[in-house]
Amino acid sequence: MPETPRSEACDVLVVGGGPAGLAAATTLRARGVERVVVVEREVVAGGVPRHCAHPGFGLRDRHRAWSGPTYARHLVEEALSAGIDLRTSTMVTDWADGTGVPAAWTTSPIGRVRIDPLAVVLATGARERPRTARMIPGDRPDGVYTTGQLQNLVHLHGRSVGSRAVVVGSAPVAWSAVLTLREAGCRTVLMVTDADRVDVPSVAAAAAQVLLRVPVARSAEVVRIDGRDRVQSVRLRHRATGRVASVPCDTVVLTGDWTPESELARRLGLDLADGTPGPVVDAALRTSHAGVFAAGNLLHPVDTADVAALDGAHVASAVAGWLAREEVASPGVRVRPGRAFAWVAPGLLRPGAGPAARGRLLAWPTQYVRSPHVRIEQDGRLVAERALPWPAAPGRVFRLPWSMVEACDLAGGDIVVGLREA
Amino acid sequence: MTQTLPERVDVVVIGGGVVGCAVARELAGQEVDGRALDVLIVEARRDVGDGTSKANTAILHTGFDATPGTLESLLVARGYDLLGEYAQAAGIPVERTGAILVAWTDDQLETLPKLLAKARENGYDAAHLVTVDDVYAMVPALGPGALGGLAVPGESIICPWTTVLAYATDALARGARLARDLRVVDVRPGPADTEVVTTAGRVRTSWVVNAAGLGGDEIDRMLGHDRFTVVARRGELLVFDKLARPLVDVIVLPVPTAKGKGVLVSPTVFGNVMLGPTAEEVPDRTDTSTSEAGFDFLLGHGSRLLPALLDHDVTAAYAGLRAATEHADYVVDVDEAQRYVLLGGIRSTGLTASMALAEHTVALLRGSGVDLRPRAGLPPASRMPNIGEAFPRPYRDASRIAADPAYGRIVCFCERATRGEIRDALASPIPPVDLDGLRRRTRAMMGRCQGFACGAEVSSLLEAGRA
Repeated sequence: MPETPRSEACDVLVVGGGPAGLAAATTLRARGVERVVVVEREVVAGGVPRHCAHPGFGLRDRHRAWSGPTYARHLVEEALSAGIDLRTSTMVTDWADGTGVPAAWTTSPIGRVRIDPLAVVLATGARERPRTARMIPGDRPDGVYTTGQLQNLVHLHGRSVGSRAVVVGSAPVAWSAVLTLREAGCRTVLMVTDADRVDVPSVAAAAAQVLLRVPVARSAEVVRIDGRDRVQSVRLRHRATGRVASVPCDTVVLTGDWTPESELARRLGLDLADGTPGPVVDAALRTSHAGVFAAGNLLHPVDTADVAALDGAHVASAVAGWLAREEVASPGVRVRPGRAFAWVAPGLLRPGAGPAARGRLLAWPTQYVRSPHVRIEQDGRLVAERALPWPAAPGRVFRLPWSMVEACDLAGGDIVVGLREA
Repeated sequence: MTQTLPERVDVVVIGGGVVGCAVARELAGQEVDGRALDVLIVEARRDVGDGTSKANTAILHTGFDATPGTLESLLVARGYDLLGEYAQAAGIPVERTGAILVAWTDDQLETLPKLLAKARENGYDAAHLVTVDDVYAMVPALGPGALGGLAVPGESIICPWTTVLAYATDALARGARLARDLRVVDVRPGPADTEVVTTAGRVRTSWVVNAAGLGGDEIDRMLGHDRFTVVARRGELLVFDKLARPLVDVIVLPVPTAKGKGVLVSPTVFGNVMLGPTAEEVPDRTDTSTSEAGFDFLLGHGSRLLPALLDHDVTAAYAGLRAATEHADYVVDVDEAQRYVLLGGIRSTGLTASMALAEHTVALLRGSGVDLRPRAGLPPASRMPNIGEAFPRPYRDASRIAADPAYGRIVCFCERATRGEIRDALASPIPPVDLDGLRRRTRAMMGRCQGFACGAEVSSLLEAGRA
């Protein structure tokens, strides 16, 4: 007799038990929503902070500087005591056919379960693009990792890596990789960045750079990996000269190049943002599908964990509104990335959506701009312009006041957000 | 891997690729004088199917475009039926997608009727010419500029990895033995038997079957012949994200002209889209690296063939080496005095032809006076774990999870590979020895994140399983 899959209902299904998902669930419970199910595919909830050993987690939402694992543990404990239904080792693998709010098929060791929610919050996070997506040719040996995989290997599985590493990228995450490598007894022999400058935004990273004495190759890219079983060397090409040099190493860490974990969003056919294949949302974090919401680094790959958690808290009011059958807003106006930005989020200005989380529009710079002037244009007209006192740098989110966008015409055309040097 | 070779066997099959394993499986199902044939596969690499067999276009060919009258044409047509049937019994993923050859130039358009005639000459009658409208109806996402097409409904996609493993697993179940990670350094035929010298010791045998693929000519020379030279022809392939799969439901084949064979776009049994191959002769027979030039070439073709494909991430890039020779056909021969069968120059069609080559080997041995008879009471075909998308996979099988919760514990999220499947692979008759081997058996780490999430756990499971 074949086992029939179980079926159950809930108020809100939160997909992803990282900072955004957990904070969303906790806040929904605090608002009195009864059945909040959080589905987490990893064995332990908490998301990426679980394998980030460095301190500085929880600054914006907890006013603490915890380590990643401590921060993750606090989020989980809070969510559990708020009464969420947390299901780890459980993965949403497919959406059930049908209209309306989508039902999810989940797989876990307990079995195959169909969950029919009244609302869905997608909080599936982001990851780094691996070698294949970056299309780095050559041999295909062991020893090529993303930072996420490296941290997992070293911090969660206590495994060793090689002894000589080349780290690709120079954003904060690259320095985090260098520290993880050092903990695993692996020396970073070279950091390679296609940028023409190295941006060291935090005191910790600056200290790391000085203390670790990592040589940096700027304006260069890895164009080949050599080695049959294990990495033996990488070849670098310098952009200006076209010269190719070989660097012996046994480990390669590919850092940054973030992409949202957007399979489930895309399989639902949600409208996608420009420049990042995550769903487009309005300031209330509503997607193009009624009853489906999104929060965290799925929308802005990647901002810090505390910003993702604050997104989670922010999404709760729109979800609660939906459950209370609040009117659904108009299609709205798209907010698109302009000069010097790869993406902006939220990417939709809709009436009644209120201000964005923390009153900020988030944007991903494609170049370093020391004294940026933000320009908001609509239908070819300059709507707002403002000089901001902090630089824009690739590899970390640039934040600007959402109010600048709110001045736009809701009946107008696309809004374009760009930067120029002052 | 240390292993002791048997002192003496009836047949040594050199090469544990798709051909060698098919031959070993077939021979292990035979008996002489009421005694089961004792077969040993020797494989130079650490795993079966780890050479040419693992990196190809994964198509089960009808043989419609083979050169009529060649042995290759005969064996591909026969092998298509044999493997198609066996795949069902063994649970090898096959999808009957069909193919369409698309003409983009007048030259190619004029070639289509000739290919149709050739298909008929090869005994394949289902092919038919289609209009340009039909072409776009079949593949709406196809790039602009197509002029017409030839539909070949029988062309299918297959899992090349499961195929080799099924053959090898069956061969072992029938009593054959497998030695991995050892190279043949000499073959010395004597009057009564032959000594095969390997890097891991010697073994005496009555017969030798050379299914050494890229090394086939070297083995052949050890036996004193000089019949052919293998030229490694490298084919680079790109595999795109599963989200691209709705773009193409059939194999889109290029029209071969004097200028070259061209690039194809095909769905894969894993639910991805494949683009390739390049064709480049390389001096080093072990050089399966990919190249910048290869990527550029493939992306250039891809942007014309299926422009929307390039919006998706590449989830795998690899290169296979085909064993091309100076001959237009397979180089297959039997030497009765040396008790030696050569299966040489088996190029990209070898996957399809493999079972027919095995059948043909039995016929060659019989023709040489070996009184082979099929054994009675053979074990049924081993049922292989399904890693194809078109068939039920454990993660969505409520009954299997209820019976064994390990099938509900998804380890590799992108590919939905479960702990139960990884455990099974590690405990299988031919366990993987490295991550690549585990990937080919379970799809773990083969997906879009390439181990960002699961790489550490999969490595730990492999290590624990090997210990």
